[in-house]
Amino acid sequence: MTGRIFYIARNTFREAVRDRVLYNLIAFALLMIGGAVLVGQVSIGIERLVVINLGLTAISLFGIVIAIFIGIGLVSKEIEKRTLYTILSRPVRRWEFIAGKFFGLTGTLVVNASLMGVGVFAALLYVSHHLQKSDGWVLVALYFIILQFIIVTALTLFFSSFSSPLLSAVFAFSLFVIGTFSEDLRGFAAVAHGATGWLATGASYLVPNIAALNVIGSVAHDQPVAGGLVLYNTGYALLYSAMAVCGAVLVFERRNLK
Amino acid sequence: MNAARRVESGAAVVLLLCLAGSVFMLRRVERIRSGATLREVLFISSPQAARRLSLGYDGLMADIYWTRAVQYFGNHHAQGAEEYKLLAPLLEITTALDPHLTVAYEFGSTFLSTAPPNGAGMPQEAVKLVEYGIKNNPDDWHLYYNLGFIYYLELKDYKDAADAFRQGSQLPHTHPWLKILAARMSEHAGDLETARMMWSAAYQTSTDKQVKANAAAHLRALDVDETVPVLESMVDKYKKDTGHMPSNFVDLVQSGALSVIPRDPTGRPYKIMPDGHVEVSKPDALPFIEKGTPPGYVAPAPKFSYSE
Repeated sequence: MTGRIFYIARNTFREAVRDRVLYNLIAFALLMIGGAVLVGQVSIGIERLVVINLGLTAISLFGIVIAIFIGIGLVSKEIEKRTLYTILSRPVRRWEFIAGKFFGLTGTLVVNASLMGVGVFAALLYVSHHLQKSDGWVLVALYFIILQFIIVTALTLFFSSFSSPLLSAVFAFSLFVIGTFSEDLRGFAAVAHGATGWLATGASYLVPNIAALNVIGSVAHDQPVAGGLVLYNTGYALLYSAMAVCGAVLVFERRNLK
Repeated sequence: MNAARRVESGAAVVLLLCLAGSVFMLRRVERIRSGATLREVLFISSPQAARRLSLGYDGLMADIYWTRAVQYFGNHHAQGAEEYKLLAPLLEITTALDPHLTVAYEFGSTFLSTAPPNGAGMPQEAVKLVEYGIKNNPDDWHLYYNLGFIYYLELKDYKDAADAFRQGSQLPHTHPWLKILAARMSEHAGDLETARMMWSAAYQTSTDKQVKANAAAHLRALDVDETVPVLESMVDKYKKDTGHMPSNFVDLVQSGALSVIPRDPTGRPYKIMPDGHVEVSKPDALPFIEKGTPPGYVAPAPKFSYSE
């Protein structure tokens, strides 16, 4: 079972590499070099801040775009090319196919984000001439960004299991945007009464809590991230993603592929 | 049960467990990041910038900013805050985005003008907000009424209050209360009867349950403020007549000074203290009272229920 999931995941990763997904690293490298060199010349005292803010924001945005645009094709492309029938005619269960696709794209995003992270640290080294202890918090911010990718990948996979690629992209991106305002939604729920309050609370727990996974602003100012937050954010992201993947499995199991 | 069915059942169970687990984790995260949405930071502080960034969707942006202002005020009020730094800028941005959002002037000016901990204690900012509202909505009598209310209640500026009520009373489709309030303000601005009229007007002119509850609480407080001195003078008279202090109001009833035991607007009996002062039994149940409280009493922030 795990072997079959692993092979599908590996194949998904290879396919993403073949699709030149990692070419975004070139754009990222140019962005970092441009940001680090240009800001150093036209501004005062914010070189390090810009490298962290620009670098982590770019990692996050590039990754989200990749998660959505690769994620929407994970199922539909296999159906379109009719390769899904070949896979499912072998001793591969539908849920194993979904799990393999999820791990494959997640792996691609982890590799991509890690390489970009190396780029951020290289740029930091360039502008500061040395790395400091507080730069370690950048790794925590990067880890949280990867958790965001896991959630978005799971959601995209869920939508792509029953919807068209275009609609899946719209749904996933909308949910990502709503997720960045999830704490506002909970703030609204806290002051609302009756049925509105219940609905708002329910909705605020159903949408992904992306806001808590964004600590870019605070790590840029060397502010530490609480250990509890790392622990609970990890638990949250894994459970939420598992929930979305289970949703995708439920839908895909019932889908008529004839 | 076939294999597909087993997978579906398993996935459904795991889904529900993960949902419960994610809610649990999220609640833990919330504890660590409490108040994350209400940080004392306003990223776009310029109304002009907010207008530009709204890309023409001014109305929707104004609604969002107004909701944000209400949340900000509600959360600070619930915590008994003494400072509401972002309230004025949030309201300024809201009304710049939609100058015809009259609800933001009406409620926003109340939030701003009321003294802490019930409000921001910024009556001058409230006056500016309502004046901006009047400039953009010159035919809305509610705004003149709000302006007069702020001048009367928070700034004790009875002349400007009378002017505001008078201007509002001259508008077409205005409320008849404004003419009465303008006249009353000119003649008897500081007395309790005028205050009673003001709050009666607030109660009758508003359709909002919270505003009505607030006005009703003020009317009850005025009743107490009016009754307590009368009862204290009766206690004084009893002491002068008999040479000793009455132990309770039964003594006053037996002496014929009162026909029944006096009760406050919540139905609880008043108490005579050993020094002759009269107090209410439960001051917390009567927000805004200025008389009849124990020495050094600090009133809690009033809470209004929708059932009032």
